[in-house]
Amino acid sequence: MAKTVIVSCGTGIATSTVAAKAIEEACKEAGIDVITKQCKGQEIPELLKQGADLIVTTSTLRFDPGIPVVKGLAFLTGVGKDQVVQEILDHLRD
Amino acid sequence: MNIKEHLAEDAILIGLKASSSEEVIRALGEKLRNLGFVKENFIEAALEREKNMPTGLPLGGEYNAAIPHVDIEFVNQSALGLAILKQDVVFYNMVENDQEVPCRLVIMLALDQPKSQIEMLQSVAAVLQDQETVSKLVSAETKEEIFSLLS
Repeated sequence: MAKTVIVSCGTGIATSTVAAKAIEEACKEAGIDVITKQCKGQEIPELLKQGADLIVTTSTLRFDPGIPVVKGLAFLTGVGKDQVVQEILDHLRD
Repeated sequence: MNIKEHLAEDAILIGLKASSSEEVIRALGEKLRNLGFVKENFIEAALEREKNMPTGLPLGGEYNAAIPHVDIEFVNQSALGLAILKQDVVFYNMVENDQEVPCRLVIMLALDQPKSQIEMLQSVAAVLQDQETVSKLVSAETKEEIFSLLS
C-alpha cells in the first residue's frame, strides 16, 4: 500500500512544490510507493483525517500531529539534503 | 532554464540599499506591480506573510537568500523579481522563525497557479544550492551578467 506524505509550507504552492517533487523522485529511486499531498500549514489537520504516514514541512507546525514530522528546508537550500532524504525514506520504510 | 523566462528585466535591482526586509519587499513588489504582474494588494500581503511566515533561507555559505511570496490571489501573472542588496538585510528563518538570517540575495516569487511552476521553482532552488552561482550573483554589476549566470 502506498505511503502518504503531507508536504506543507506557508502558501502550499512554492516550497512544498519543490519538496514534493524531490520526495517523489527519491521514493521512486528507493522503490517506495508514495503519494504526496501538498498543502498550507492550516490544511494539515484536514489531510490528517484522511490518513498520512509522514509530514514534511518548511514552515513551523504549531501543534502535535501525532505522526512524524521532518523539516524540509534542505530541499530548498541544499544544506543537509542527503540526510533529510534518508530520514524521510527511513520513516516510510517502517 | 526557466528562471530567465520568468525574470522580468525591470524587476532586477542591483546594489539595492535597504535597511529592512520590508524595504526590500516593497522595492521588488513595486517593480512587479508596475509591470502588471501582481495586484495592488500584493505588497501588503507579502509584508504580512513575511511577518508570520518568514522566507529567509540559510544557505550554509557566505551569503543567504530570502524568497518572499504569497498566495496566487494576489498575482496576475507568474514572474520573478531579483534583488542583490548592497549589504546584508535581516530576514527570519523559514523553519526557525526567531532565527535571524542576514540575506544578500532576494528572489521574489509571483506565482499565479498552485503547483504548476515546478520547473521555475526547481531552477530557483538549484541556484540557491550552488554557492558559487550565489556569490557571482551577489557581485554581478549588470543585468546581462545576472542573466548569463542564470543560464
